[in-house]
Amino acid sequence: MRLDERYINGLMIAGLLALPLWALVADQPFTITLMTRAVILALAAVGLNIVLGIGGMVSFGHAAFFGIGGYAMGILAYHAQTYTALDLGAFTTEGTKFMPVIWLVAMITSGLAASFIGLLSLRTSGVYFIMITLAFGQMFFYFAISWAQYGGEDGLSIYVRNDFPGLNTLMPIQFYGICFALLCLVLALFARLQASPFGLALNATRQAAVRVETVGLNPMRLKLLAFVLSGAITGLAGALFADLNRFVSPTMFSWQLSGELIVLIVIGGVGRLMGPVIGACVYVALEHFLGEITDFWHVYLGVILLCIVLFGRGGLIGLLTGKEGAHV
Amino acid sequence: MSDPVLAALNLNKSFGALKATDDVSIDLMPGEIHAIIGPNGAGKSTLIQQICGGLQPDSGLVLLGGQDVSGHSTQARAQAGLGRTFQISQLCMEDTVLENAVLGAMGAGRSAWRFWRAALKRSDLRETAESALERVGLREERGTRCANLSHGQRRQLEVAVALTLSPRAFVMDEPMAGLGADGSKRLTGFLDDLRAEAPILLVEHDMDAVFALADRISVLVYGKVIATGTGDEIRNNPEVRDAYLGDEA
Amino acid sequence: MSSILIIEQILNGLQFGVMLFLMAAGLTLIFGVMGLINLAHGSLYMVGAFAAAAVAGATGSFLLALVAALAAAALAGAIVEMVVIRRLYKAPHLDQVLATFALILIFSEGTRWVFGSFPLFLDIPDALSGPVTLPGGIEYPLYRLTLIGIGLAVAVGLWALIERTRLGIRIRAGENDREMIAALGVDISKLYTLVFALGAALAGLAGALVGAIQSVQVGMGEPVLILAFVVIVIGGIGSVRGAFIGALLVGLTDTLGGVFLPELFKLFMDNGAAQKTGSALASMGIYVLMGLVLIWRPTGLFGARA
Repeated sequence: MRLDERYINGLMIAGLLALPLWALVADQPFTITLMTRAVILALAAVGLNIVLGIGGMVSFGHAAFFGIGGYAMGILAYHAQTYTALDLGAFTTEGTKFMPVIWLVAMITSGLAASFIGLLSLRTSGVYFIMITLAFGQMFFYFAISWAQYGGEDGLSIYVRNDFPGLNTLMPIQFYGICFALLCLVLALFARLQASPFGLALNATRQAAVRVETVGLNPMRLKLLAFVLSGAITGLAGALFADLNRFVSPTMFSWQLSGELIVLIVIGGVGRLMGPVIGACVYVALEHFLGEITDFWHVYLGVILLCIVLFGRGGLIGLLTGKEGAHV
Repeated sequence: MSDPVLAALNLNKSFGALKATDDVSIDLMPGEIHAIIGPNGAGKSTLIQQICGGLQPDSGLVLLGGQDVSGHSTQARAQAGLGRTFQISQLCMEDTVLENAVLGAMGAGRSAWRFWRAALKRSDLRETAESALERVGLREERGTRCANLSHGQRRQLEVAVALTLSPRAFVMDEPMAGLGADGSKRLTGFLDDLRAEAPILLVEHDMDAVFALADRISVLVYGKVIATGTGDEIRNNPEVRDAYLGDEA
Repeated sequence: MSSILIIEQILNGLQFGVMLFLMAAGLTLIFGVMGLINLAHGSLYMVGAFAAAAVAGATGSFLLALVAALAAAALAGAIVEMVVIRRLYKAPHLDQVLATFALILIFSEGTRWVFGSFPLFLDIPDALSGPVTLPGGIEYPLYRLTLIGIGLAVAVGLWALIERTRLGIRIRAGENDREMIAALGVDISKLYTLVFALGAALAGLAGALVGAIQSVQVGMGEPVLILAFVVIVIGGIGSVRGAFIGALLVGLTDTLGGVFLPELFKLFMDNGAAQKTGSALASMGIYVLMGLVLIWRPTGLFGARA
């Protein structure tokens, strides 16, 4: 069976549109919530796919950006719901419950963190890069735990989901719509980016860094920008994830989450537009269905993952299209 | 007499006790092909690396168009007009031939920082890339993935990517390596014409090609240039005969 | 602040550091010889701790528990190497990361399945419990002092093994030139299994020793693993000496930072705020250290020059 990747992509988008609508009609709000979770994880992984899939950088610390996005939402909404001032040195604000502003703040802060982590960790490559990104992710985790002002280990609860003009975000389907629209937007961005001169050059740094230098381009700068963009997108996903749960805690920074984001991409297909989306849907489905059968579903996930690594390359898209994924 | 386009002045490089480059000066005049030959382990690759920016010499200068580029990175030297090909092909194997050439065109036009329009739909990049492919005879293969090219075609693509940069000088590291007799002959003819466009510093093992092409030849032995001259001068140089034939005897 | 407290904290830092060294030494050897990044090293630490807790619970002997920890971790390491890891030596880093991440999932959930989710406890043996009085009148727990001793002894032993034995020559040769030693007739796959099992045993030992002062539970290995990565990044990948220096630096920075940074902030803040800010920053201390080393030397203190 050899399918064109475009059909798979189209089918995926159609499914993401149709299934929640079916769930709405069939009155299955939990399905919508599950799918919202899948869409948000997919969004985070699309961000990671920029550095991992196109740029070939195995970042094991993307939970840092996911968590920063989450805390950006948590802190802004916490101050808004408690009517306390957030003192930022230069000015004070009362926080906000307005989603677009939260998203912007989430993207800027996680982008800034990414530029800081990127500047340091991109001085190295290979195994060093993996270990360093993992370590920096852990740094944010411990920082969040010891940040008593915002709940420390217990995290922050936000009682009411944040607002989006014209929508009732408490209705699962409407919040899903917001997340889905953002995912589509970011997927469109990813597709343009991948085909653009920047994407071509970034892709070349993964395959032949020496070549990129010899044609007069600076691989380090290309990678750094990719890292920042990637961090910002994953941060946006973090803000949405926190909004979905109406809760942020240090677990958003956990190293397992960084690993899971990589796993999502590998299940779907590294460097593929829809790889992270397919991976996230499969992952959430596995988590849900295997989780119902056994408490130890991670064992099965581990075995599946081992099989993918040892026997299959290119993820599900690779399996369906007969093409290997990007080599990282 | 005109100034050299590319010059290495008194380069020195040691790895521990091993002197890989020993006070080497080499220059490249407009319109010429200057070949560097020498037995294996003579330090040719180390020298090329220092000229192109992959290695920092312990001392000495590299001048490109009269400008000191010694402290420049590889990419800065490429931007200043150094076009390089590699002994072992450095190509993006998952990408198509056209994409590889477009990457070169992007470097030349400094247009890697464009994020919206697809690279392959930009006519400026495409024209540069396709005309370079045309010149090396790869235009028909432009949609082929690089991994599926033959060894000889990869060598051609290496040259094409260097061409897209429209460099002031070429540095080619064994472009003939692994080419069949036909391929060598074709590439020899091509380089023969190319020198009018930009001079070529050529490291090559294929002696037929070297003596057919080179205006000047420098012989590198144990990191030292032991002779520089025309093909005839080199052929009759006793030191060179000793270095080559002495080793073989 | 008294000098007794300072010395006590330095000893705590040393104790933490040598235990990190046991983890980091194995990781760095495995990377140096086989070129493999092993995320599942923390699982071997956990295996050691659980084996020790189980055997100590059954026999009451701490010594037997330690032997069990070494054996179980080495065995688990050897099996994992032969079944999974050896297929990964030539694989890209992403595959190594994924496969060893999968191993963590399998080990962790498998352990939870066998032992349940509740933490086990491993008691400090009577002979080693209680404090000793050090010169200068400092009271310090004997067990922690023993850990420092064991850690230093392992460091010396490892040095001797690598520098002075035939196996060590092969390990060093394996780091430099794999094809060559294979050509010389050394059974490379046996060597790899051995090195992996050795690294695993060290991790298992660390798990058992630390398990007696903390609780033994699923997931205990990974935070230590990540700290061991920080150690290796600081020390330079592949360098056992670097791992030793890095481990002591990280151990001391973490311990001393946690105690002294809040004190430092108390000089210009009120107590509560100083405690909060100080401990928040202290939790980042070792990563700041890592960042500084990276700026100064991207390949670590003793790493090969890139």
